[in-house]
Amino acid sequence: MYVLVRRLMFYAVTAYVAVSVNFFLPHMMPGNPVETMIASAGGQLDQRSVEALKAQFGVGTGQGLWAQYWHYWGQLLQGNLGLSISKYPSTVAQTIGSALWWTVILVGTATVISFVLGTLIGALVGWRRGSVLDNILPVTTFFQAIPYFFLATVLLYLFAEKAHVFPNSDFKSYDTNNYVIGWNPGFIGSAVSHAILPALTIVLASVAGWIVGMRNMMVTTMDEDYVLVAQAKGLPKSRVIYYAARNAVLPSISSFANALSFVVAGSLLTELVFSYQGIGSLLLSAVQSEDYPLIQGIFLIITFAVLAANLLADTVYVLLDPRTRQEA
Amino acid sequence: MRILRNRKTLAGLILLAVFVFLAVFGPTLAPYPALQIAGKPWLGPSSAHWFGTTQEGYDVWSQFLSGDRAILVVSFLSGVIATVLSVIIGVAAGYFGGLADNFLSMLANIFLVLPALPFLIVINSYLPAGGKSSTALMAGIISLTGWAWGARVLRSQTLSLRKRDFVDAAGIVGERSWRIITFEIVPNLVPVVASSFLFTTLYAMGTYVALTFVGAVDVNTPWSWGSMLFWAQGDQAAASGAWVWFAAPGVAVALLGTSLALLNFGIDEFINPRLKAAGLTRRGLRAAGVTRRSTLGLTPVLRPTAAVVVTSPAEIIEETV
Repeated sequence: MYVLVRRLMFYAVTAYVAVSVNFFLPHMMPGNPVETMIASAGGQLDQRSVEALKAQFGVGTGQGLWAQYWHYWGQLLQGNLGLSISKYPSTVAQTIGSALWWTVILVGTATVISFVLGTLIGALVGWRRGSVLDNILPVTTFFQAIPYFFLATVLLYLFAEKAHVFPNSDFKSYDTNNYVIGWNPGFIGSAVSHAILPALTIVLASVAGWIVGMRNMMVTTMDEDYVLVAQAKGLPKSRVIYYAARNAVLPSISSFANALSFVVAGSLLTELVFSYQGIGSLLLSAVQSEDYPLIQGIFLIITFAVLAANLLADTVYVLLDPRTRQEA
Repeated sequence: MRILRNRKTLAGLILLAVFVFLAVFGPTLAPYPALQIAGKPWLGPSSAHWFGTTQEGYDVWSQFLSGDRAILVVSFLSGVIATVLSVIIGVAAGYFGGLADNFLSMLANIFLVLPALPFLIVINSYLPAGGKSSTALMAGIISLTGWAWGARVLRSQTLSLRKRDFVDAAGIVGERSWRIITFEIVPNLVPVVASSFLFTTLYAMGTYVALTFVGAVDVNTPWSWGSMLFWAQGDQAAASGAWVWFAAPGVAVALLGTSLALLNFGIDEFINPRLKAAGLTRRGLRAAGVTRRSTLGLTPVLRPTAAVVVTSPAEIIEETV
């Protein structure tokens, strides 16, 4: 329990830093973000929105930096992330809310598949070290070095444009012309068939890291005495592998934080290629239209989501490794 | 050089040399400037335009040749800055311990957990137009998110080195901290630093390409493979069948990444003898006189038995059962 409380405090500090950076960054940069935004909105904003923006970025309100900072926190705790410029008159919270679930489901599922698959393959390759299976490593290295969005483009080209296996040209999260979002089979089928290619991209690009990490740990673990003892006692092979793998997987789980940051980054770009209407596409359209409140809001949401996923991984780690529980 | 005997390392070095050559001479060899109309739009590959032309009629081959330099410069510069940061922070945290360690470790952990790409996009979105096209500034900003991993690894290595006898001895003799760090500790960290440098460079490369692809930096200056991918995506190159336009820069980036990763593998095996033994091929082992089934307790550990560089692999293989 003690370990988890400590981790929880760490994530709280990280969240605090993220929020503070988000607030101070625009204040440190040269220029006036509000002017830029009003200019890029091209007169769409009414007087009240302009006032709201000025208040959000603290321009011309006569408040000191600290007063603004606390005001920002107050707004944030009420779930108010401000107004979106490009999606005006929607608020940032509404805009993110409609895109968030697409990303969470897609990236979440793909990450779990990739982790499980990579760990299993890695355990196998590590077990049969020095055999033909080792040739998998250079191949996975290549896949790891391929940028996500390039892999996405290739898959889109091969399977949607050439082979017509999957819906093509105007690739979206689902067939927007024929279905409405809801619990009906048509929509779910359409959403799933649109999710396969993006998910495949994420799995292919991220699985290599898990394979290599697990394989290297497996090679080290296999030299431990307890594995030798297990073998000497005549336990079935599958059982010995299981014992070794259970210990070898621990570093993979503890490095989950590291990996997740990469997966999230890659998924954002994958979404762009497939015009998947999740957080990634939203962030990019926000960058292109210089919609600062939306950019800020998305950064915060992504950070919070990553922190939550990490906390989950930490909890699993404590459950799996009794040593962490003893420490307290 | 013992490290050159490793096939992976050698392959990585050769591959990297090609990219360095391309970075130095590529723009000179290119028949056209990257953004100059060279023919009709959407031409397929031909003798006049090896890789075809873009939607605007730019020569894809020229764009490809010119695209390497910016990526190499940004990623290596960023790798250097981040590695320097990680050595300073990691070694300081590990060596001094206490409050400084707590603070620095926390800082590193925060940077590890923060999703880097969105963070960089946020920073970049506030940069003025001139800043978005500055190579040095990009390298600096990317290294801001790239140092933490190396710092953590170096910290734990320093922690274990600090307790060794020779470090104690240096302390008892009355050496100053900075001297112990620079002459006793850092030289022993060189392989780890090298590995961390390659990893960071690889990270910086991927991140820079991604930032360009997203349009978070100036997409035309400096010209890079990321710019090609940006325009190929924007102009629907895949849907229009101009697959060379997006395949060439994509494969090039992947190969550059592979070369760095291969070098890193080599260094990893250099540091961890168990991985090295596992990396030996069957033929190599047979030549060394080791018969081996892939079962338990048989990972041969390579140990140099003589001070001289070993000439035949037979003498460095010793079985641990």
